[in-house]
Formats: sequence, structure tokens, C-alpha cells
Amino acid sequence: MEQAAPDPERLLQPAPLEPLSHPDAGLESMVGEETKGARDEGPGDGTMTENNFSLKKIEISVSEAEKRTGRNAMNMQETYTAYLIETRSVEHSDGQSVLTDSLWRRYSEFELLRNYLLVYYPHIVVPPLPEKRAEFVWHKLSADNMDPDFVERRRIGLENFLLRVASHPILCRDKIFYLFLTQEGNWKETVNETGFQLKADSRLKALNATFRVKNPDKRFIELKHYSDELQSVISHLLRVRARVADRLYGVYKVHGNYGRVFSEWSAIEKEMGDGLQSAGHHMDVYASSIDDILEDEEHYADQLKEYLFYAEALRAVCRKHELTQYDLETAAQDLAAKKQQCEELATGTVRTFSLKGMTTKLFGQETPEQREARIKMLEEQIKEGEQQLKSKNLEGREFVKNAWADIERFKEQKNHDLKEALISYAVMQISMCKKGIQVWTNAKECFSKM
Amino acid sequence: MGKLGEAGLAATAGPARTLGMEGECRASQARSWGLPAGGAGGESPGGDAPLPGSISSSALLQAEVLDLDEDEDDLEVFCKDASLMDMNSFSPLMPTSPLSMINQVKFEDEPDLKDLFITVDEPESHVTTIETFITYRIITKTSRGEFDSSEFEVRRRYQDFLWLKEKLEEAHPTLVIPPLPEKFIVKGMVERFNDDFIETRRKALHRFLNRVADHPTLTFNEDFKIFLTAQAWEFSSHKKQGPGLLSRMGQSVRAVALSMRGVKSRPKEFMEMNNFIEIFSQKINLIDKISQRIYKEEREYLDEMKEYGPIHILWSASEDDLADTLKSVASCIDKCCKASEKRMSGFSEALLPVVHEYVLYSEMLMAVMKRRDQIQAELDSKVEALTSKKADTDLLTEEIGKLEDKVECANNALKADWERWKQNMQNDIKSAFTNMAEENILYYEQCLATWESFLTSQTDLRLEEASEDKL
Repeated sequence: MEQAAPDPERLLQPAPLEPLSHPDAGLESMVGEETKGARDEGPGDGTMTENNFSLKKIEISVSEAEKRTGRNAMNMQETYTAYLIETRSVEHSDGQSVLTDSLWRRYSEFELLRNYLLVYYPHIVVPPLPEKRAEFVWHKLSADNMDPDFVERRRIGLENFLLRVASHPILCRDKIFYLFLTQEGNWKETVNETGFQLKADSRLKALNATFRVKNPDKRFIELKHYSDELQSVISHLLRVRARVADRLYGVYKVHGNYGRVFSEWSAIEKEMGDGLQSAGHHMDVYASSIDDILEDEEHYADQLKEYLFYAEALRAVCRKHELTQYDLETAAQDLAAKKQQCEELATGTVRTFSLKGMTTKLFGQETPEQREARIKMLEEQIKEGEQQLKSKNLEGREFVKNAWADIERFKEQKNHDLKEALISYAVMQISMCKKGIQVWTNAKECFSKM
Repeated sequence: MGKLGEAGLAATAGPARTLGMEGECRASQARSWGLPAGGAGGESPGGDAPLPGSISSSALLQAEVLDLDEDEDDLEVFCKDASLMDMNSFSPLMPTSPLSMINQVKFEDEPDLKDLFITVDEPESHVTTIETFITYRIITKTSRGEFDSSEFEVRRRYQDFLWLKEKLEEAHPTLVIPPLPEKFIVKGMVERFNDDFIETRRKALHRFLNRVADHPTLTFNEDFKIFLTAQAWEFSSHKKQGPGLLSRMGQSVRAVALSMRGVKSRPKEFMEMNNFIEIFSQKINLIDKISQRIYKEEREYLDEMKEYGPIHILWSASEDDLADTLKSVASCIDKCCKASEKRMSGFSEALLPVVHEYVLYSEMLMAVMKRRDQIQAELDSKVEALTSKKADTDLLTEEIGKLEDKVECANNALKADWERWKQNMQNDIKSAFTNMAEENILYYEQCLATWESFLTSQTDLRLEEASEDKL
């Protein structure tokens, strides 16, 4: 499926050549971005302009899907689907596109790319992938991953994913993403070499932070609630839509039986015969019209599904904030505890129970030298701690600022996209009604001639 | 000849479908030709069920051909010219008050008004120690002379309708008697007296009585008149008269025995008729099933849609920018639901009852064919007896003569009523399906308007927003 006229949002700029093994590299480049404004499409600041690539427009499409067999990690034979990704660069002047890259990827590689992006851009609402397995099916669609309709819809979903990443002002500059589009062999190794899996936050740590954090930013709490609500309401909507589709299918298809019976009946009728026969034909037309109608509706459902999965991406950003905040709070707590300890040592007052205090009482006070040494050590630690706290504070604030910028961007995108989707739903209904009017008007004419 | 002419005129005006003073006069003239309002088990020439009838112009020709006595006023011969019959003047589909029915009369070349209006309504449940049953109120308004009054109100239960139908079948074995709704529907019946069932039955009973009233012969049946007018005790005592249970049983045993002999010499036209009935019965049954199924699917679709709309409202509570759009979508879906409800009620008023009635009609037709065959079989058996036994030749010959007449009448009655029935069927089916198409068109038009106005409101908003941004 070719992309239509490339629009400014879909510019892909060649990624900077700096290695992206440092987890904060993303943040740094983003910081650079920040100083120029969130939606900056032009070349970045000093850190970015190692290269002098001129702005080129690039089109990305996932044009084909193919069944393949191969051997998996356990040397067992498996069947999977591979998708062809084609990248074209568009010359400014005449709008003609030239194929620059084309390679095959399978779904698991897309997953790998996304997981990488999640780790390196925790403040970004990372676009979701289309579903792994068919859910919210109604009876006509099978839940089989090899089903051609499912594969087709997945192909479109994967293309959509790539386009979303490519049109994101920050994600589009990522080198690994660039290599995903351009380097077929060895890409997996390159990604794994970044060591991103090790840098991922453990689920346990994240859960712990969620429970224990004391002062998360209120906006993130609201966002979390919103994402839960969004997920729940869209799931409900999709479930009922599937049932509605099922019923509608039934209504239309049963009318097809009229066609057959009318035709048989017309054989014994003299005057009514012709009218019956032709009316029957229209009943057949009516019955078969539902297939296209529901196929269109499936695309609408896919648009909703994307935002269903986006809810999870929103929650991921919230979780990262909670982690960062918790980290900050813990560091502050530790620092405060150390400071207090130091003070106690210096003034000699024991305000809180401490083991040292007990042992001192039992075994006698330590020597002044020993005390001095300890105070000095604590003061070192405190100084270090204060530095760390300062940078963590900065980190935390930067994270909130940048995350929130992306969330605002996301909100606008979501409102725009969902409104478009709802409008397209109305357009589909209108088309269905027009078809219905036509068929039944024809049928009525036939009946009146009976 | 003059008398014939006059009577012919009377008959041509449509079998007793006249109103007003003139009508009364005509009716009495027609009566002078021996138009008893249906035989109620009176004397009969051959010891079989009496055959009351009406006489019309071509029937008079028939009479001449058959060389019938003027006294034989209990023969029924029908006018084959179907256009003279009152077919379209009243559609039994609309359960409305008698007076409003006048507006639905279609006028043929001669003003042809109904003079008998019947409604069935107000089902009421009666509880006794033995049983519980439902009665229906029947209001009759008429201008006919033979009725003592112009308005009657009685209450009847399903059993009474069954009685009436049996009497009509007895009196006119080869006429197409309108069908009654089933005794009970086995499938899916939880309670005998649930509201939908009662309403469906009430409408069908209403249709039944009106069809009888429409029928050129049956409308004058005496039992019919008594059914419409007699009060409770009078009615129950009347029901007890007539051929007793034993004689009825005896008749049916004989009938079975005769039918066992098979139909040897069924005339060609009746073979064709039988063939039509068989195929028609098959097809109409299928159409009935299909129509019921469509109704069921549409009902379930509607139920799901009713849940679908409100989810959008729920969603709008979490959104700000999208809230209005979501609420609009919800309201559109709601409007479409209402349009669908309307469509479904139209369906259950027009298409479903008509199709189902014709399913019952097809069963009735098969019974009529059987009865005709039985009458013929009787004749055939006597003829056989004559050729083989040669005993009591005179008696047999006389009997055969009477049976031949009987067969002739039965066949003619059936043929004429058949034409009438077919014409009615065509019109009813045509109008039922046209109505279904119209309901669907209306439904889609309403939905289209709803979604189109949503679309324009959204594009208007977008233009507004765009111009705001420019400011």
C-alpha cells in the first residue's frame, strides 16, 4: 500500500551518527530539542549536526506479506509471516519517489524494535503494535494468525506503526529505527548489543515504586486514571461492536433465503412469477452487500484498537515517572537520615535510638579520633548524596517536563484521530443506508409489478 | 325471464354487498331466489350436509344447463367472473373500528360498500374452578335487514371460534374457509397466556371473522350470524344442536374409508390445483420461517445496538475535546434504534401475520382438496357398485344421480372460490411484501438523515475551528 502524498509530519531525517548505547542519549538529544520547541522538524542543535544531511522526504510502506517456513531457536520447523518494508525517498521538485531500501521483517522483530524504544525513550508515548492475536472477533473472522484477512489487517497495522514512529519528532531520529528500515541482516545483533534489556526497569521495582511513592505529580495520577478509563471503555465498545456486527450479518444473510424461495415459487405462478423472480434477485444482492460493509467496519475497529493499546503506552510513561519520583524520594530520605546521624555525632546528643549509641553506653565512648573519622566520612557521603539528589531532582523535573510535552502532543493526535475515526464511522453508516435504500426501492418496484 | 333478469341484477351488484334502502330491497329480492343465510343443518336432498348458496348471473346460466328446479335453492353455484366479486373492498389486516373501515373500501365500477363490520378486541381472562380461559369482545355493526339490530356486542372464547369454523366447513366442504390461528404454539411457549401470544391471536381472530364476512357465501351463513349476535346462554344452547358427536364421528370414519380408495379420476384441473397447493404450501412455509427468523435477528440486532449507544456517552465523560462528538454519535445510534423499532413493529403488523395466515390457508386448501376427493370417491364407489352388483339398480341410479349433482356443485364451488382465493392471495402477498419494502426504505432513509446531519454538524464545527485558528 503506497502512502499518499508525503506530508510534513512524516519526514524522516537521517539519524545522528552518535552511538546510542547511553540510556540518556535520548534525553540529551531531547533536551536539545526542548530549547528549540517541541515540534521542531529542522536539524537539531550542535549535538546533532555532526551530519549535514539535507531534509529529505521519505515514504515508508509495508507492501507485502508472505508465509515463510524456517527453523527457530530450538531448531524446530515453524511457519511465520514476513512483511516487506519499502522505503522511498521523494525528490522535492517533481514528487517522484525512488526506492532506496527494501527488506523483510517478521512480527517479532517489530516487537524487538518497540521494546528497545520503550527502554530508551521512557518519557515518550511509544506507538503500539497491532495485536499479536486476533481479539474482539465476531463469527466471520477466525482467530487464526494465518488467516489472510488477519494478515492483511496486521500488515496495515504494522505500516501504521512505522509511520507513527517516523512522524514522531524525537523517535524518528533514532538510529536503531533507521537501521530497522535499512539494514536487513545483523540488525537483531545490533539492537541486542545496545544492552537495552539490561537497562530495562524490572517489573517488580516498578510495582514497588507505584505502591510506595508519596508525592507523584498530580497530572500523572490523573493520566493514569484516564488511561484506565480509556482502556476499559474502548474494550467494552469493541466487544459490543463485534456482537452488533454479528447480528447485522445474520439479518442480511437470512434475506438471501428469500431469493431462493421466491425463485422456486415463481415457477408455479403466472401473473406473480416475474415480480417474485426479480424481487428474489434483489434479496440476493442485499444479502451479499453485508460482506463489504463489515470489512470496512473492521478498519474502524482497528483504529479504535490502536488507541486501546496506546492506553498501555500512557501507563508506561506514568510508571516511569513513579519510579523516578520514588528514586528521588528515597535518595532524599537517605540523605536526611545521614545528616541527622552526623548532627548527632557532632553534638553528642542521641535523639534517636542507634546501635552505636547502645554500644557506646555499654562499652564506653569511642575516642574523639574515631568520632572525627566517622563524622568526616558521613560529611563526604552527605556531600555526594547532595550532588546525587540535585541531579536526580533535575532528572525528575526534566522527565516530567519532557514527558508532559509528549503527552500534550499525544492528546492532540488522539483527539484528531478519534474524531476522524468517528466521522468515518458515520460515513460508513451513510453508505450502508444508501445501499439499503437502493436495494429495497428496486425490490418494492418488483413487488408492485406482481 | 324478467324475474331472472332482476335477480340477475341483484346478484351482479356483488353478492349481497349492498347498503342502504336499495340494498335491503335487493337483498330481499336475492333472498327470493333462495339465498338462505347458510344452512344450519336443515333438510338436505341426499342425506348429506346441506349446500346453501347464492345465485348470480352466470350461475343462472348454469342452472339452465343443469336443468335445475327453482325450488332447489340450496345449491351453490358461483359466478366465475371474479371481478364482480368483492375482493378488495376490505382489508382484514387493519384492526380498526368498524366506521373507519369504510374509508378503506375500494370502489369498483359500482359503489360496493360493506354492510358488516366486525372488530375483535379486549381480551379478558376468566378464571373458574375448572379452568382459566380468555374471551374476546366482538363488536358487530351492520345495516343488514336480517339482523335484528344494527349493533351487537358479544364475548367469545377460542373454542367458540373453533365451533364456528367446523360448522362452516360442514356446511361448505369445498369452499376455502378462512383459517383460524393455531390452538397453541408448541415451540417456545412458556405460558399459554403471555401478552404477545394473546395479541397475535386476537389479530388473527379479527382477520378470521372479517374474511368470513367478506366471503360472498359464508357471510350469509346462519351459524355465523348467531356467533356474532347471540348472547351467552342463547349461544351455548344453539351450539348443542346440530349433528351429534356420533354422527360427526360416523361421517369422518366414512370419509377416511373413502379417502383410502385413492383419487382415481380426479379431473385435470384439480390435479393442477393440487399440484399448485402442494408447492405453494412448501414455499409459503419456508417464507414463514424465513420471515420469523429475520424478525428474530432484527430484534437481537436492536438489543445490541441499544447497548452500543450508551457506551459512547460513558466514554464522553472521560474526554473533553471529543465529548461532543461522542455524544452526537450516541444520539445518532439512539435515533437509528428508534427507527428500527418502528420497522419491526410494521413487520409484525403486516408481513408476519399475513404470511402465517397463508401457511394456515395452505393447510386448509389441502383439507378442501381432500373433501372434494371424498365427495367424488363416494360417487365413484356407487358407480362401481352399480356396474358390479347390479342389485337395487333403481335405487343406486337415483343415488348416483344425486351424487353426480353433488360432485358437480362441489367442483364448481371449489373452482370459483379457488379463483377468488388466488386473487386475494396475490393481492395480500403483494401488499405485505410491498409494505415490508416500504418499512425498510423508511428505516434506511431515517438513519441516513440522522448520520448526514451528524456529518454536516462535524464539518461545520471543523470549519469554525479552522477560522478561529486563523484569527
